[in-house]
Amino acid sequence: MTKCRGRRRLHLSNIYAFKGRKSSFQEDHSQIGGPGFSRVVYCNEPNSPASERRNYAGNYVRSTKYTAASFIPKSLFEQFRRVANFYFLVIGALSLTSISPYSPVSSLLPLAFVIAVSMVKEAIEDWGRKKQDIEVNNRKVKVHDGNGIFRQEEWRNLKVGDIVRVDKDEFFPADLLLLSSSYEDAICYVETMNLDGETNLKVKQGLEATSSVLHEDSDFKELKGVVRCEDPNADLYTFVGTLHSEEQRLPLSIQQLLLRDSKLRNTEYVYGAVVFTGHDTKVIQNSTDPPSKRSRIERKMDKIIYVMFGVVFLMSFIGSIVFGIETREDRVKSGGRTERWYLKPDDADIFFDPDRAFMASVYHFFTAVMLYSNFIPISLYVSIEIVKVLQSVFINNDILMYYEENDKPAHARTSNLNEELGMVDTILSDKTGTLTCNSMEFIKCSIAGTAYGRGITEVERSMAMRSNGSTLVGDELDVVVDRSGPKIKGFNFEDERVMKGNWVKQRDAVVLQKFFRLLAVCHTAIPETDEATGAVSYEAESPDEAAFVVAAREFGFEFFSRTQNGISFRELDLASGKTVERVYRLLNVLEFNSARKRMSVIVRDEDGKLLLLSKGADNVMFERLAKNGRHFEEETRKHVNEYADAGLRTLILAYREVDENEYIEFSKNFNEAKNSVTADRESLIDEITERMERDLILLGATAVEDKLQNGVPDCIDKLAQAGIKIWVLTGDKMETAINIGFACSLLRQEMKQIIINLETPHIKALEKAGEKDAIEQASRESVVRQMEEGKALLTASSSSSSQEAFALIIDGKSLTYALEDDFKKKFLDLATGCASVICCRSSPKQKALVTRLVKSGTGKTTLAIGDGANDVGMLQEADIGVGISGVEGMQAVMSSDIAIAQFRYLERLLLVHGHWCYSRISSMICYFFYKNITFGVTVFLYEAYTSFSAQPAYNDWFLSLFNVFFSSLPVIALGVFDQDVSARYCYKFPLLYQEGVNNLLFSWKRIIGWMFNGVFTALAIFFLCKESLKHQLYNPNGKTVGREILGGTMYTCLVWIVNLQMALAISYFTWVQHIVIWGSVALWYIFLMIYGAMAPSFSTDAYKVFIEALAPAPSYWLTTLFVMFFALIPYFVFKSVQMRFFPGYHQMIQWIRYEGHSNDPEFVEMVRQRSIRPTTVGFTARRAASVRRSGRFHEQLNKNFIAF
Amino acid sequence: MSSNTPSSSAAAAAAGSVDPSAARRNSKRPKYSKFTQQELPACKPILTPGWVISTFLIISVIFIPLGVISLFASQDVVEIVDRYDTACIPPSDRANKVAYIQGAANKSCNRTLTVPKEMKQPIYVYYQLENFYQNHRRYVKSRSDSQLRSVKDENQIDACKPEDDFGGQPIVPCGLIAWSLFNDTYTLSRKNQPLAVNKKGIAWKSDKEHKFGKNVFPKNFQKGNITGGATLNPKIPLSEQEDLIVWMRTAALPTFRKLYGKIETDLHKGDTIEVNLQNNYNTYSFSGKKKLVLSTTSWLGGKNDFLGIAYLTVGGICFVLALAFTVMYLVKPRRLGDPTYLSWNRIPGGR
Repeated sequence: MTKCRGRRRLHLSNIYAFKGRKSSFQEDHSQIGGPGFSRVVYCNEPNSPASERRNYAGNYVRSTKYTAASFIPKSLFEQFRRVANFYFLVIGALSLTSISPYSPVSSLLPLAFVIAVSMVKEAIEDWGRKKQDIEVNNRKVKVHDGNGIFRQEEWRNLKVGDIVRVDKDEFFPADLLLLSSSYEDAICYVETMNLDGETNLKVKQGLEATSSVLHEDSDFKELKGVVRCEDPNADLYTFVGTLHSEEQRLPLSIQQLLLRDSKLRNTEYVYGAVVFTGHDTKVIQNSTDPPSKRSRIERKMDKIIYVMFGVVFLMSFIGSIVFGIETREDRVKSGGRTERWYLKPDDADIFFDPDRAFMASVYHFFTAVMLYSNFIPISLYVSIEIVKVLQSVFINNDILMYYEENDKPAHARTSNLNEELGMVDTILSDKTGTLTCNSMEFIKCSIAGTAYGRGITEVERSMAMRSNGSTLVGDELDVVVDRSGPKIKGFNFEDERVMKGNWVKQRDAVVLQKFFRLLAVCHTAIPETDEATGAVSYEAESPDEAAFVVAAREFGFEFFSRTQNGISFRELDLASGKTVERVYRLLNVLEFNSARKRMSVIVRDEDGKLLLLSKGADNVMFERLAKNGRHFEEETRKHVNEYADAGLRTLILAYREVDENEYIEFSKNFNEAKNSVTADRESLIDEITERMERDLILLGATAVEDKLQNGVPDCIDKLAQAGIKIWVLTGDKMETAINIGFACSLLRQEMKQIIINLETPHIKALEKAGEKDAIEQASRESVVRQMEEGKALLTASSSSSSQEAFALIIDGKSLTYALEDDFKKKFLDLATGCASVICCRSSPKQKALVTRLVKSGTGKTTLAIGDGANDVGMLQEADIGVGISGVEGMQAVMSSDIAIAQFRYLERLLLVHGHWCYSRISSMICYFFYKNITFGVTVFLYEAYTSFSAQPAYNDWFLSLFNVFFSSLPVIALGVFDQDVSARYCYKFPLLYQEGVNNLLFSWKRIIGWMFNGVFTALAIFFLCKESLKHQLYNPNGKTVGREILGGTMYTCLVWIVNLQMALAISYFTWVQHIVIWGSVALWYIFLMIYGAMAPSFSTDAYKVFIEALAPAPSYWLTTLFVMFFALIPYFVFKSVQMRFFPGYHQMIQWIRYEGHSNDPEFVEMVRQRSIRPTTVGFTARRAASVRRSGRFHEQLNKNFIAF
Repeated sequence: MSSNTPSSSAAAAAAGSVDPSAARRNSKRPKYSKFTQQELPACKPILTPGWVISTFLIISVIFIPLGVISLFASQDVVEIVDRYDTACIPPSDRANKVAYIQGAANKSCNRTLTVPKEMKQPIYVYYQLENFYQNHRRYVKSRSDSQLRSVKDENQIDACKPEDDFGGQPIVPCGLIAWSLFNDTYTLSRKNQPLAVNKKGIAWKSDKEHKFGKNVFPKNFQKGNITGGATLNPKIPLSEQEDLIVWMRTAALPTFRKLYGKIETDLHKGDTIEVNLQNNYNTYSFSGKKKLVLSTTSWLGGKNDFLGIAYLTVGGICFVLALAFTVMYLVKPRRLGDPTYLSWNRIPGGR
């Protein structure tokens, strides 16, 4: 509690330069009360008549798709939006009429079943969301109940106007108007990770009018106030309102609004008034349904379905013509005679009336469409859905994609895209947080011109490999640097010269001390002391910042407390050699922003000296050094460049002593500027701080590593071997990006780098001049010229058939022009010709645009992977968005299709799960059409023998249960369990993945092949059964064949054949397959017996047909056996020949496994290597290249470096 | 359509692992099991030369004997087929057969059959009709099963149009099938001794017992202005009208045979059988053939060489295939894993 008290006195806003500014939205406030600004909130009196009248929505939030009431109609509607389901609904409706060839129940029941299964799936998914809703809505928050007492209340019961108290680390239950906080000036820190994915803390500040009077629970007893503000909207960054309180009208801005789903940090508590509740809150207004994506295969499947519709209509049409002609032949001829008199055509209704043969054939057309409806697999969609859900369950449960460290398994958020994972052609990857950990580690520093730090970065390691061209060095480095062991987060520094207090022995100990002090003082981090252990941890706006404070702590300068105007830290006293506490008075913080690229603090040390401590980017800092402050400039510059080369982020540290008078002057101007309300307030502040931050004395530089994630180079290598192209889209500087590119083997020495940027002197000169049009013109021309030159290089290289690889590196500004409509084709051409593409300095919008360009330009599947809010556009644009569920919040994950914890899991996700799902789904769909064509064609052939009168060959129930009962489970098992190649071999032969990229398993060739197989099987079944059961006696009792016997026999053959075909087609037999395949066949016989035993009024012509007629007749069994084998022989021959003489890649691997060649490294290598164009990216390629190079004479290193 | 229990339990496990209310220390680590990690022990068959050749050999080894046996069975059957539709019309009337058959003239006709081989009883007597679409949908549907089964349902005649009622009274049995009941009759004699044709037990037992009622009697049958086929004795219940029952079980194809009766004495080689038939049934309108068939049966049924020949052919083909594959595997052993023909290697640039 004492700590809390201490905090209450803090007036942090005074020392911040840019925060805590007064609202400057005066002009907007005139709109209050007008259209769009009509909301009125009666604070602290949510139940007053005035606010009751307003009747704003409650705080109950519903993210479910359905409610209990709307579930049935809405989900039914969803189901019938699918063309196939709608078709079956129409068929079902038609079956109620008299033109139906079968009984309505038999066609409606399977449809109902299929729809019911889909709806149950929907319901289960929605139930999951419902549970989440219940959890959220029942969270507790303290609400003022009118007498100065706050009591616990569920979130859902909050009303507009309620006063709530939110404690530290709690989420805000609604959009709140900040009234006061534990800090005296009503500021509070807010973490908005759930809103924008940024982990840094944001400062909000309440109005002085409210914060000055409201400190305790009891202060709220008498509070009255009316807020008039804008209507609910989705804009997270603006808020316009006024607070009417005691004759005052106070303007409110976004500074006073605490948004739902953000979290209170570093502040003991805040009081707030509820302004927007539930669905009116900005975060929920903002949530859009993610774009629904469909996989390529499903889109192709739709095409097949349309083709099948075409076939159905064509067959019906043919049938109708023949039927029409034959019906007309039945006309009453001269003499009152009729041909097929037994049909009584003279007394027929419209459907069979020879005199109205045309109408009869029209009716017949509809009947036939119903009859052939079995061509369209009714259960296809639902089966695929079930399969995909189960596949997702497997993905979610994959133990090899589970990340121990933050307890995150993989999570397939949509199951729609599983098979698309097996077809990825290009990966577009974010860098920070995706390829790298986004945990900054202080690794090196340069102080007083001396470089410290022995840590070796991933990049350095790869650079060492680069220059030595041998993997040995890398291995040696691995030995030297032991990266395991207990580690401090954010600190990976090793140098005995400065560690453990040894720095005092250094020659420049005084500079070292200043350097470390600066690290300990110049920041905006907030310390947290663990009461039990006394250990100090820090909350910082960015990971870099935290790394600095941690580093200072490790060097012995432990910052442990921040007060309103003081910074306390412990340090080693140089003179006494003891640890002493020092308190610096903090006068001003000149914060970091991207324009300034530096931050400074002005402090008064214990001796009363005024110091300006500053840190910033090299280009802004070096020019601010004083003449006498450039002592170590040369060395420092050298070190900074080295660090940058090693992929590190560098900052320059400098300071100066400030003259007392100068500070007074500054302080006066600064405060004036801060309190001004003019439009140029900010530039005024800029100018004043600018004047202050000059004549600095250089101390040194820091280097922070943005660490590569574990296994990233390996993973990239595997993906490259699989023939997947990887593009890196990053917001980072070009140098950093190139370094990371080297580190993860996307770039290597032999590659020709085509660099496109606008850093030419000419354009720089233009920029100085500031002529906008001229700059644009020149830039555009420059970019186009560079692209053309690059393209020329590519063509030259490909015509000379040398195996040169190219890398394209382009910066954000150039990208703007390259992505213009006129040039994007050119850009894509160039980029696809390069082995690696790196886009640096790219904005989120550009990331999305590049993704769209690749997706639509190449027509191939793209996968975007990223972790931050800035990747959301890219993730939603790409065919598949993969979110890294890492540290940068949930935004990317929420908009992704699949979330994984680490980049390296992409390897397993794509090469194993992707490949499996792809091969499963494509086999499954092919098989589906095969079995339905087989079924449908037998029906058609039989109908041809009934003079196209639409008489079905099979009993109604046989007809309708085929898809649902006798052939559904094996195909689902295929879709869920089949493995053409085991996971081990998927890794071993990454090239297998190309089967998906080239879509070999779902090519029209294969689809049509299967369809043809289906037609053949149908012909075999029908004609063989017909011949062997011809008009003659059927059994030893002299009985003959009726319709039910022919139908029963054909159907038995059908069930056997489609299931045996399945057994032949799959390459992975577990007990599951055995159960479902043989079970389906057994089920048919069981069904036949049960159905046959039912009363004849229900079973009609299937009554006792098995027991009495089929089973005792040897010819039934002989026919089944014969037809069964005959129909499968062609496929068997085809598969034998193909397997042996023309194996596909997966079949080759099957051979390798089977023949035990996998232990014969030479053979395996041959299959792996010879089978594709040489890989150009990844360390395998690098190794291969270095072998090649050592054979040739040594080329000059920079020769390949082509910069335009 | 739950794919089976294991997968649903996997789903349950997954649901458990994402349960947000679970305490933080409850690790989301997926449970390890061979099932969830897709590592179930499996048989991974691969079509090796050995498998292919032995499969074909086994098929041929099974099929050829089966073919021989079936062929023998079919050869054992003695079948006498006599087409009489044209022969039974006096030459003078052959120009207009339909007029003859619809006329009132005496339609009796004598045919003589010679027994080519010993025929062991029971010898089945069939009539065979061709080009008669008993499987036409209009025809198949035109019956009332419930009416046939029980008296109280005799008004259920909706499906029977246009043969549904006579003067407001329901026709029993109604519908086109019953109406067009075959009405040629055969009287057989050998050496002037009548040859008894047993007309009992020619229908399927299930039909007799469960589909045609014992107390349902023909009513208003063939009373319409046009008589279709045979008339029925209104004194005999439907379950005993076996000709009707046989006829009502509609044939699958436009050419079909229906059982007429059984001869329960042996016939000897060279016996001549006199058939006195009443040629009543009109197949002339639609140029349908009519045949009288006498046949014995084997264990496999009647005379049909198709199955035997088919088995032999396929057995033979499989044998040839086995040889062909043996030769192929020997002559063209292909170095496995030669990847030059992989499709993505053929595309220049691999893109």
